[in-house]
Amino acid sequence: MAFDLTSRARELRPSAAPALARGLTPFALCVAFAVLMQLAVKPAVDAYTARLLLDIGTNIVLAVSLTMVNGFTGQFSMGHAGFLAVGGYVAATVMYYGSLRLWGNAEMAGGMLSSMPIKPQPGRSPFSPGDVLFLCSLVAGGLVSGVFGILVGLPSLRLRGDYLAIVTLGFGEIVRVTIQQTGPVIKDAATARATPWPELFTRVGGSLGFSGPPPYTSLFWAFLAATLTVLVAIRLKRSTFGRAFLSIREDEIASEAMGVNTVRYKVEAFVISAFFAGIAGGLYAHTLGVGLSPQAAGFQKSFDIIIMVVLGGLGSVSGAVIAAVVLTLLPEYLRELSNYRMIVFSLALILMMIFRPQGLLGVRELWDAALWRPIARRFGKGGAG
Amino acid sequence: MSEPALLARGVFKSFGGLKAVQDFSLELPVGALRGLIGPNGAGKTTVFNLLTGVYRPDAGEVRLAGAEISGLRPSRIAAMGMARTFQNIRLFGELSVLDNVKLACHVRSRQSLAGAILRSPFSRGEERAIEERAVQLLSLFGLADRAQEQGKNLPYGEQRRLEIARALATTPRVLLLDEPAAGMNPQEKIELRALIRRVREEFGVSILLIEHDMGLVMDICERITVLDHGQVIFVGTPDEVQSDKKVIEAYLGVAEEAPSA
Amino acid sequence: MEVFLQTLKDGVAIGSLYALIALGYTMVYGILKFINFAHSDIVVLGAWTSLLIAKAIEKAAGGTPAWLGVPVLLGAMALCALVGFTVERLAYRPLRRAPRLNVLITAIGVSLFLQNLGQQEWMFGTRPRSLPPIVSGNALFSVGSVRINILDVVGIGTALALMAGLEWLVFHTKLGRGMRAVSHNTVTASLMGVPVDRVISVTFIIGSSLAAAGGFLWALKYQQINQPADAGWTLLGLKAFVAAVVGGIGNVRGAMLGGLAIGLLENFGVAYFNPSLADVYVFGVLIVVLLFRPSGILGKAVAEKV
Repeated sequence: MAFDLTSRARELRPSAAPALARGLTPFALCVAFAVLMQLAVKPAVDAYTARLLLDIGTNIVLAVSLTMVNGFTGQFSMGHAGFLAVGGYVAATVMYYGSLRLWGNAEMAGGMLSSMPIKPQPGRSPFSPGDVLFLCSLVAGGLVSGVFGILVGLPSLRLRGDYLAIVTLGFGEIVRVTIQQTGPVIKDAATARATPWPELFTRVGGSLGFSGPPPYTSLFWAFLAATLTVLVAIRLKRSTFGRAFLSIREDEIASEAMGVNTVRYKVEAFVISAFFAGIAGGLYAHTLGVGLSPQAAGFQKSFDIIIMVVLGGLGSVSGAVIAAVVLTLLPEYLRELSNYRMIVFSLALILMMIFRPQGLLGVRELWDAALWRPIARRFGKGGAG
Repeated sequence: MSEPALLARGVFKSFGGLKAVQDFSLELPVGALRGLIGPNGAGKTTVFNLLTGVYRPDAGEVRLAGAEISGLRPSRIAAMGMARTFQNIRLFGELSVLDNVKLACHVRSRQSLAGAILRSPFSRGEERAIEERAVQLLSLFGLADRAQEQGKNLPYGEQRRLEIARALATTPRVLLLDEPAAGMNPQEKIELRALIRRVREEFGVSILLIEHDMGLVMDICERITVLDHGQVIFVGTPDEVQSDKKVIEAYLGVAEEAPSA
Repeated sequence: MEVFLQTLKDGVAIGSLYALIALGYTMVYGILKFINFAHSDIVVLGAWTSLLIAKAIEKAAGGTPAWLGVPVLLGAMALCALVGFTVERLAYRPLRRAPRLNVLITAIGVSLFLQNLGQQEWMFGTRPRSLPPIVSGNALFSVGSVRINILDVVGIGTALALMAGLEWLVFHTKLGRGMRAVSHNTVTASLMGVPVDRVISVTFIIGSSLAAAGGFLWALKYQQINQPADAGWTLLGLKAFVAAVVGGIGNVRGAMLGGLAIGLLENFGVAYFNPSLADVYVFGVLIVVLLFRPSGILGKAVAEKV
């Protein structure tokens, strides 16, 4: 029993500075990519295309976050939209009431990185404070949603497969119904300032929806979130934690026997997944033209995300990205057939389960050698013959 | 006198009305290689499950290197140094052979989640160490060239070897093998005997194995505990076990009295 | 007191509907070990085909004959039985040996398919419609100040009759024995000579016809039939599923008991607590049951062998 992993790890560790640089550079690249999308791509395309791209970004966050729990640990959650809604409403509350309290109105106060350019406002600092508030609101939405991830993850520990699916579906419904009970939105700044924060969270419009929040979501924010989510997901998957998650999916009993605390990791998966879904919710709530309503937590929305993840391959990050892109674009290109859209998708789902249940990429990534080996073999035989 | 590697005393377990294990006791000294045998349904795997935390004993104690472990979760017990294989092989089928072993290193991992995501120097170092260790173990078990195969695609004998390699990756003090020879042909069984002995020498683990192959058990085990209907009916050396009347009866049944003329 | 009796009546009425629908879930789960998500869409189909058949007969008979209910109910049950049979053959049978998760996803696909097919204008369309007056809404008698309508009696009576029929089938016929055998262990049952495929088909046929009856009775009771993709239908299905779980999934008598329990619970919750939280009560019960007694009232716990 002479082997000690930790001391060997210390021996093999690379020098600090270059390693840290290599570790952090991709994060910087994500930010750069997002800025590029906003400042270079957005002016070059029309509003319709820009909106499509924005939806793609949000859907990537949703699909990748769902595959982190459904795909990595095999816990089939059907209430993902519940996390979306929680994050969305929390972010919207922070943003809307924050704007009211700080600046007296809920107008756009963002810089070039948000939807619109800076509008000079009397008494406001020229450094887009709106952007800072928006970032805070997104993070707040993610964090609160993450807490809900614990609330859903814990009871789910004892449940398998079908039952887990139904309970998570129930969670989405409970969120929806609860939001419907909330009070009317406060419209004037004075009342908003006078009302304590806990109460403000209950004044989000109920069944009528919450359309007050200023539309901050832009290509920058959507693609910042999308690229960061993808980066975190991939790094997580390839790490020892990713193996732990995947082992739970494969065989929970063996995983536990090999020292993986399955309770902790199953809940963790829910929390991480819920966090990113919450961020997506914040993006969704502040998208121009979207009326945030309790329906955002409904199972129709959950099913939309599930379809993406199943078609892309449960557990594949690149698969989820591809599916999110395709399934956002496809309905647009098939406008004439829009009536038949869901019929086609549902048939595709059924046929997929019968003929290719692993979806497009299964649990593999686009760049996994193992994925291409059978294809390479077939071509090799053909070439040699 | 040092603590035994594994000690069970007066362990009881019932499932509803079924008394699965009654007053089970066993001692596994450090570095020992012992066996647990008994007819089918005697409760051997249930004992393994009790020792490893899958089931919680109704009464009695289990100690791993002196520390009380009954009632702890299996992952905690694994972290404290007890690893096992399963009667019906439980590999991570979709994962590669290499990843199966790497996963078992996770219990010794010290990197944080944030460190993993940010690829800190320590997490890089640890990942390298895990890779190195896993490859090493695969080589020792003759599975190095299978590293990228999916676990489920391995032939049966190799799957069993992989399970043992995986268990050893957790750097255990105690290794429980549940019917390691099941389904093997005679040649594989001979190799298995040598393998188990080598594992004990090179890894310094104490081994307890469940087996039905009497040849293997009698050959390599120093001492054998015999279980029948959930109770220990005999403990002794292979020679003693083979000649004990109770043991023979348990396996073969009581001989009928010949009718008197 | 009046509120109590009224709530009791409502609870029993809706509970018997939940029970009819829950039976389909519980039987399919018992033999195939998965939740047939598409089951609630058979309920919808039952309601809508009832409408179409009723309208057709009305046209042919030039009015609303008193016996209209019977052919409508039977017709709807037959049609839905056929659909249920077809779905099983085409979508679920190929997945007989697949992981349960795959079948669940397929069931979701079938559900979405049926829903959206129904939405098409050339099928049922998206506007709510109503059944012609098959049963009069007149009061039959009163208990205290609570009116018991002919409608209530017909509804509860039909449901009870169907459940009694099923009870007889499952516990007193050879086919029923086969169904029970398959629900214990498919392989052993087939080794004992039980025609597994046929038993499974029959299970779907029965479950779907009961669902159709549930849909018809719902349409009868609530007058308005909403569009197939209306969330109300899915919720109805989910509540019936909760009823099946509460009673003990896989257990036929459990489904009947569970249906009643959920119907009563929902109505008492609405009457005495917050009326808009009906869905929350039902899902709350589900979570509590799954956490503390997952096998339900009449079910037996099954542990995984390690």
